[in-house]
Amino acid sequence: MSSYIEGILMLSGINLIAVLGLSLLTGFAGLFSFGHAGFMAIGAYSAAVCTKLLGLPFVVAIAAAALVAAGVSWLIGRATLKLKGDYFCIATLGFGEAIRLILDNFQGLGGARGWPGIPPHTTLLNILVLDVIGVVLLANLVRSRHGRNMIAVREEELAAKVAGIDTFRYKMLALVISAAYAGVAGALLGHYMTFIQPKMFSMVKSTELTIIVIFGGLGSISGSVLGAVVLTFLPELLRAVDKWRLVVYGLAVIGIMIGRPRGLMGGFELTPKSIRAHFARRREERAIKAGRAAEDGDEALSGEADGKGGL
Amino acid sequence: MAQFLQQMVNGLSIGSVYALMAVGYSLVYSIMNFSNFAHGGVIMFGAYFGFFAMTLLKLPFVASFALAFVGTAVLAVVIERIAYKPLRERSAPFLYFIISAMGASIFLENIIIATIGPTFRTYPDVFGRTSISLGSVSIGRLDLIMFVISAVCLTGLVLFIDKTKMGRAIQASAYNMKAAALMGVNTDRVVMIVFALGGMLAGIAGVFFGMKYTVYPQIGNITTKSFVAAVFGGLGSLPGAVLGSVLLGVIETLVAGYLSSQFRDLIAFVILIGVLVFRPTGIMGKTTEDKA
Repeated sequence: MSSYIEGILMLSGINLIAVLGLSLLTGFAGLFSFGHAGFMAIGAYSAAVCTKLLGLPFVVAIAAAALVAAGVSWLIGRATLKLKGDYFCIATLGFGEAIRLILDNFQGLGGARGWPGIPPHTTLLNILVLDVIGVVLLANLVRSRHGRNMIAVREEELAAKVAGIDTFRYKMLALVISAAYAGVAGALLGHYMTFIQPKMFSMVKSTELTIIVIFGGLGSISGSVLGAVVLTFLPELLRAVDKWRLVVYGLAVIGIMIGRPRGLMGGFELTPKSIRAHFARRREERAIKAGRAAEDGDEALSGEADGKGGL
Repeated sequence: MAQFLQQMVNGLSIGSVYALMAVGYSLVYSIMNFSNFAHGGVIMFGAYFGFFAMTLLKLPFVASFALAFVGTAVLAVVIERIAYKPLRERSAPFLYFIISAMGASIFLENIIIATIGPTFRTYPDVFGRTSISLGSVSIGRLDLIMFVISAVCLTGLVLFIDKTKMGRAIQASAYNMKAAALMGVNTDRVVMIVFALGGMLAGIAGVFFGMKYTVYPQIGNITTKSFVAAVFGGLGSLPGAVLGSVLLGVIETLVAGYLSSQFRDLIAFVILIGVLVFRPTGIMGKTTEDKA
């Protein structure tokens, strides 16, 4: 495999982890975040501190990245998740920008010029392993009672509350888990690039992650996987028209919201079971169609007979 | 003391431009209960309209100014028709509105990058660099004109909303859109007027912003600060938006002047988070209640 393709594969694998987390938050719990790149930044910087300054192994650094990002998100959630409507989303916007600006001004970790010399620990193998773990954990979570409660919160918060669901707790759970995913993605990104800069985690990055989730489909894990891989590869293949990429993305996002708000795969999961079920359904439909065709034939015949009778 | 007064004057002038932008966020929020993130893009288009009217079409300042705000008013209404109206008609959840707004904002910013390019452009000098001295305080001409025109526009807006029939219809729709529609208010037209008003003020603000600094596609990111100001004053409240903007402008310049200019941008977001934690409805915001 050429190192170029390997590089893109690694980037899409890293994006995928962040997208999975955001997919839980936006797709399943119905919360919109403008600051997820901020959690990635926290993950990237805390992991880099672990490996570069403290000399800890990479596994510990990744765990630390997830923990720190989750901890910060818990603080933010405590303060803002009780708010109604889009105030939470506004808070994430403020948080994401604030993190970037703080890192910009914090000279100890390189400041705005960035922080070079991070050991290149990220490999395709450990990305793949974490991708698989991430998908399996998330798939199990959304099918559990907790996942169903999150979906209930997304669909109708008031009704969920009346039905006895602690909506605050489930929103918090979704936020903390998604921040941990973003933290891991940030750690991997930092150790892949070997250089981190606050600018890498701007609002543009946050919106890009959200776009991938929307493309893939709100409430679909396989959609997010598909979205992350396709939307990381596509710009590489279409380098020549790169400057039009975000123009098209913007229009497509509006188009999806108007025409197909659930995205490519909204509410549908691609699993061995669902594929089998799909084909079984197709067979059934064909059988029904065949049966109906036969019936139609009979009717047509009898109709003909009637017609003749009329003559 | 002289320095303090000088900072206050600078803060007021930038705060008044923030107010023009923030009012657009607040107007839309009061009617439709979502934050119109495409507003930043509209402000940026205003700056470009004004710039090209003056440099390419060689129009005088007043004509360029008018062209800019008519252009952005039309743009804002077109965005509403395309990106929000279909959602409004099937009363989609507010999440879809925000996502659609985000799409519109990405589109606006990048269509400029793709066609005109990401370069910074400087407005031709219209008012000269001389300033007027009042005792120990000196006011730049542009700053003074910015402040006066902003104040006139905002007063005009308040009069429009308080005194005209359409203004009352806007107030009624802000209070309760469904009930207003039942009472015979054409809410579709109210939404259109609200977007046109917001767009117009956005255009004026865009031209001023471009004149004071430069014109470039990411101006929309700075307008995020005017959004912070709207939240600070209380989303959905016009006096709140103005008060929040002026306060933010003054605080920003004071921080830049006395602490460090590096904290200038940070302070806005610190205020935002502080407001959301301690008083999410802002200084004078309306409280929304979830209705089943």
